[in-house]
Amino acid sequence: MATSSDNIEALIRREYSAGFVTQVDEDSLPPGLSEDIIRRISAKKNEPEFMLQWRLQAYRHWLTMKTPKWAHVHYPPIDYQNIVYYSAPRKKEGPKSLDEVDPKLLETYEKLGIPLQEQEMLAGVAVDAVFDSVSVATTFKSKLAEQGIIFCSFSEAVQNHPGLVEKYLGSVVPYSDNFYATLNSAVFSDGSFVYVPPGVRCPMELSTYFRINASKTGQFERTLIVADEGAYVSYLEGCTAPMRDENQLHAAVVELVALKDAQIKYSTVQNWYPGDEQGRGGIYNFVTKRGACRGENAKISWTQVETGSAITWKYPSCILEGDNSVGEFYSVALTNNFQQADTGTKMVHIGRNTSSTIISKGISAGRGQNAYRGLVKVLKGAENARNYTQCDSLLLGDKCGAHTFPYIEVKNPTANVEHEATTSKIGEDQLFYCRQRGLSEEDAVSMIVNGFCKQVFKELPMEFAVEAQKLLGVSLEGAVG
Amino acid sequence: MLTISGLKAGIEGKTILKGIDLEVKPGEVHAVMGPNGSGKSTLANVLAGRENFEVTAGSVRYDGHDLLALKPEERAREGMFLAFQYPVEIPGVSNIYLLKAALNAVRKHRGESELDAMDFLSLVKEKMSLVQMKEDLLYRAVNEGFSGGEKKRNEILQMAVLEPRLAILDETDSGLDIDALKVVADGVNSLRSPERAFIVVTHYQRLLHYIVPDRVHVLADGRIVKSGDRSLALELEEHGYGWIEGAAGTGAEEAVQ
Repeated sequence: MATSSDNIEALIRREYSAGFVTQVDEDSLPPGLSEDIIRRISAKKNEPEFMLQWRLQAYRHWLTMKTPKWAHVHYPPIDYQNIVYYSAPRKKEGPKSLDEVDPKLLETYEKLGIPLQEQEMLAGVAVDAVFDSVSVATTFKSKLAEQGIIFCSFSEAVQNHPGLVEKYLGSVVPYSDNFYATLNSAVFSDGSFVYVPPGVRCPMELSTYFRINASKTGQFERTLIVADEGAYVSYLEGCTAPMRDENQLHAAVVELVALKDAQIKYSTVQNWYPGDEQGRGGIYNFVTKRGACRGENAKISWTQVETGSAITWKYPSCILEGDNSVGEFYSVALTNNFQQADTGTKMVHIGRNTSSTIISKGISAGRGQNAYRGLVKVLKGAENARNYTQCDSLLLGDKCGAHTFPYIEVKNPTANVEHEATTSKIGEDQLFYCRQRGLSEEDAVSMIVNGFCKQVFKELPMEFAVEAQKLLGVSLEGAVG
Repeated sequence: MLTISGLKAGIEGKTILKGIDLEVKPGEVHAVMGPNGSGKSTLANVLAGRENFEVTAGSVRYDGHDLLALKPEERAREGMFLAFQYPVEIPGVSNIYLLKAALNAVRKHRGESELDAMDFLSLVKEKMSLVQMKEDLLYRAVNEGFSGGEKKRNEILQMAVLEPRLAILDETDSGLDIDALKVVADGVNSLRSPERAFIVVTHYQRLLHYIVPDRVHVLADGRIVKSGDRSLALELEEHGYGWIEGAAGTGAEEAVQ
């Protein structure tokens, strides 16, 4: 048995293939955080007064807050004065098309497997690429604009659609929400903005590819997606970062607003640098993601595949205000070596006949620690609320851990809340069975892990499902049949 | 094709196989019989390369290879197939997907190109008629929620698709009713050929009515205590294993002297 678990360990020791650094001239502010830095960020971005005031309000509130301690993760204190809060590739003027984008940046994206030009032509994916703090290229914008869809960087939205930004910014995740969200509110430098007008079905998957490049840079992006009445949008987010010895902080905020009959599908594949085998370096991924179903029959669906980061701390949540609104959360979280993940969701049932589904798959390998933390809250007025939660954990080897922290608060007796949880080890029997049929041990592990995640992968849009499977080192499960 | 010499093996320090010698030639069907705990399944698993068994002595030659030096997947790709006594469930992995991955791994090893989806599907459907398996089982997760009979048929289907040169059937008859037994036996018989050999491990002689062996070996306490032709199996049916175990005891005493 000892040999076979050693073998499993060898298999899960794969190298991080996105760990390269791009040499570009960076325009950065000095490290540290103060009102002056925030004013300078705001000035560099030529923001209207309401944005500056919002940032300052958040900063002042942040000064009164303490780092949260409740998550099942461990890390040394972060020195917030040693972080660079603004870093942009230096450029003459903003690029107007892909031709004007620094070829080195495009090369970076190509190494990551997302050649923008090709995607533009082949995949039908509109990409808003965030390179460090500034959005460098937005594709397909004009085609979307024909239907009245706004898809641009957050900075552009602030310049061109300040009314929409002012109306919805902070309406789901207020500036005072939590330590990291508040920090983000004060210093966020860019992100993506989407607005889909009433009755419009966005004809393509919108996508942002985040990448942390500059060393000692915190990336604080902010995404705001608004689907107006009867609108539909599917949004993809992918993340990687170069290999470095020191830890980098990533504290993002994502806000989704779905009005009456609207639907938002938000998918993430997160592959930030997880640190090395000894646990040195890696991204601290402290992210606040929340969606509000503001009208009847609204639906928000989160799907995430989390394979990277030294520490992941995130709970994509749904506030189900509208009657008959629906919230979904599908998650695969993989921790290897010294990675730690504390992730899950919150489903808050406010409207009548609201329903939510939670499917969480945690995979722990090496010395990885994986915790599911989920809250299902049914408020007094939420007649006939329904929730189904399923939490499965898979352990590879015997030095890792899986933990489940479900919280259920029900204030209405008509609620129907179900919770199922399982923990299993990858079976020596299963491995031997596959190998006896001719599969290498590596392929066998991939196949079994992939089978374990199938319920979640089938929720991902096609392009992403492939990437997610590759990320788990997996060949194509489900290609046949 | 397969030559086992002086094979000793065990698990967690306990010796189970205490010196096995066996020669299997292409085209032959060998039955290995014996009471519970005699080492039949251990022999099948050691040949297939299960890692929690430890080989302490002896050698196994298979088609010119030192079998014991090969990994389980290398043995499989060289044409060795084990039909499991307890086929394993793999949630979320469809039966047909495993089958395709397995076939392509074997084909790649042989230097053949991978089969495309259409050719693969028609091959599988042809083989399924051999074991009278319902098509929907192809698209279900591997062995998950299969009945005992369905699991065993599935093993035979995999064997038929992979076309091994040496197939080891580990108590494939256990838990089968007579109809399922016939289906499984028909599947095996249709695969018999001059190039292909079988080792059929079984507790009961019942299966051997349908799969007629060339040689029968009786295993007791980790040794082959008697070998013969088909009539040995019939004798066993008449006298039971007690008759053989007595012989084994004598053999052991002789060895001591």
